[in-house]
Amino acid sequence: MASVNDTRWGPLEIAFWLCTLLPFVLAPNYLSLASQIAITALFALSLDLILGYAGIVSLGHAAFFGMGAYTAGLIAKHYWAEPISALLISGIASGILGYALSHVIVRFRHLALIMLTMGFGLLLHEAANSASALTGGADGLQGFRVPDVLGFKFDMFGRAAYAYALAVLFVCFLVTRRIIHSPFGLALRGIRENATRMPAIGAPSLSHLRKAYTIAAVIAGLAGAALTHTTSTVSLDVLSFGRSADVLVILILGGAGRLYGGIIGAIIYMVARDQFSGVNPQYWYFWIGLLLVAVVMFLPNGILGGLSALHKKRQ
Amino acid sequence: MLSTRNVNKKFGSLVVAEDISLSLPPGVRYALIGPNGAGKTTLINLITGLVAADSGEILLGEENITALKPYQRVKRGLVRTFQINTLFPHLSALESVTLAVLERDGHAHNWWRGLPAFSAAAEEAFAILKSLNLEKTANRETRELAYGQQRLLEIALALATRPRVLLLDEPAAGVPKGESAELFAAVEGLSRELTVLFIEHDMEVVFRFASRILVMVGGRILVEGSPQDIARDERVREVYLGAAHAA
Repeated sequence: MASVNDTRWGPLEIAFWLCTLLPFVLAPNYLSLASQIAITALFALSLDLILGYAGIVSLGHAAFFGMGAYTAGLIAKHYWAEPISALLISGIASGILGYALSHVIVRFRHLALIMLTMGFGLLLHEAANSASALTGGADGLQGFRVPDVLGFKFDMFGRAAYAYALAVLFVCFLVTRRIIHSPFGLALRGIRENATRMPAIGAPSLSHLRKAYTIAAVIAGLAGAALTHTTSTVSLDVLSFGRSADVLVILILGGAGRLYGGIIGAIIYMVARDQFSGVNPQYWYFWIGLLLVAVVMFLPNGILGGLSALHKKRQ
Repeated sequence: MLSTRNVNKKFGSLVVAEDISLSLPPGVRYALIGPNGAGKTTLINLITGLVAADSGEILLGEENITALKPYQRVKRGLVRTFQINTLFPHLSALESVTLAVLERDGHAHNWWRGLPAFSAAAEEAFAILKSLNLEKTANRETRELAYGQQRLLEIALALATRPRVLLLDEPAAGVPKGESAELFAAVEGLSRELTVLFIEHDMEVVFRFASRILVMVGGRILVEGSPQDIARDERVREVYLGAAHAA
């Protein structure tokens, strides 16, 4: 009898996660870049849950990243330095924001949805900008330090920072992987595939979507908080439109709806940005643009989509 | 089982349903016929809640379901299929039907357990596919299925919800004439406790499979009766079979 979904770990998956440990040995000078990549990958994973699986387009996903980043920053600045509890609280704060917005968001689709998510993102960005007493405005939050995680000190070489970011990414990845292989994950794919049919098989689509949106907001908030903890600053940039757009580009680049798309996209995008900006600090967006055009033209389902099509062809 | 009381619907000045009152007893096979634009699909949309009625009531058993959302009506056993395939292109046939079973049993909100823990749902889905001769294509993506198989999958999805009343909107739409009898044989094989209403244009099929016939014209129910009554009815001949008989 046929199985509905294979949820076992493949050798490729295990190999991939072992490779994430390589920067400790092979590229100790790039560990701060590596932790930025892990955090961006986590942010992209969160977007994948709603965009790749449930089909909700968002151009304002930075709202939740920023909510997590500022919550973690405020806790570290005014209350306590211990990061794990702050991380969890930041995720919850972001989740509450996500749940509140989801009541509006899930009622719309397509162009209206893009405008709406972008609008919410801009609102939050400006709110943080003007509430400078709380957020530091354009200067951001500074002057706090997160000393250590479970006894490991955040040092200038970034070993603890990368370990921390990678651990948060991995745990969230496990949860997301479980979600997409669960009945709820199947229901999300059903909504993406045909929103009209879902009510006709008795599915409360809007309630499913609200839940997915809230979970995605929690994960994005955790990513934002991890950024605060690993950099000991919060800038207004965490809420910027550019961050929402970047993460969308990263996910499309890697391949949406494939779980690993956001991670692969984050690695390629951030490494490319690092290298291109080294070659030419002014014009590196030219190369990013070229990369994006090439991927969309020749690999419409992203890099992972292209690889999987190639794999099917060879079989 | 299913009844409507004085249901009305207008789109602007166009009356698409006027004073529709009908009552479908349990186990009956109803055919809903009428010329194009008579409001047949709109009536199914009204009954299932896809379109809200301007006035009137819809009852399932004793319960007034007029204010319920479409998915809530499905949960109570009022289920439809679509004239144009409304399926999940990138899900396999088995995944699609399993999803419907999981939704029915209230498991679809579960995000913390893997699908393998719900093998009973998958087995039931497979049995439904098998009962419609779809077992060989169970693991193929829906978009890869032949058109006729997709029409059957439409019915499989509806059956997975365990309906009490099943509304089939032209189940054989687009299927070659020779094959539509095969499709209706599957409909005929359904449990006798199930109330079925189907829209169909092929009169041969209608008279073969329906135990009662409803004739709609211009948003109104013109007449309701047994196939013999309908075949004899002068008004039906005039408005519906008119062209052929007048010649």
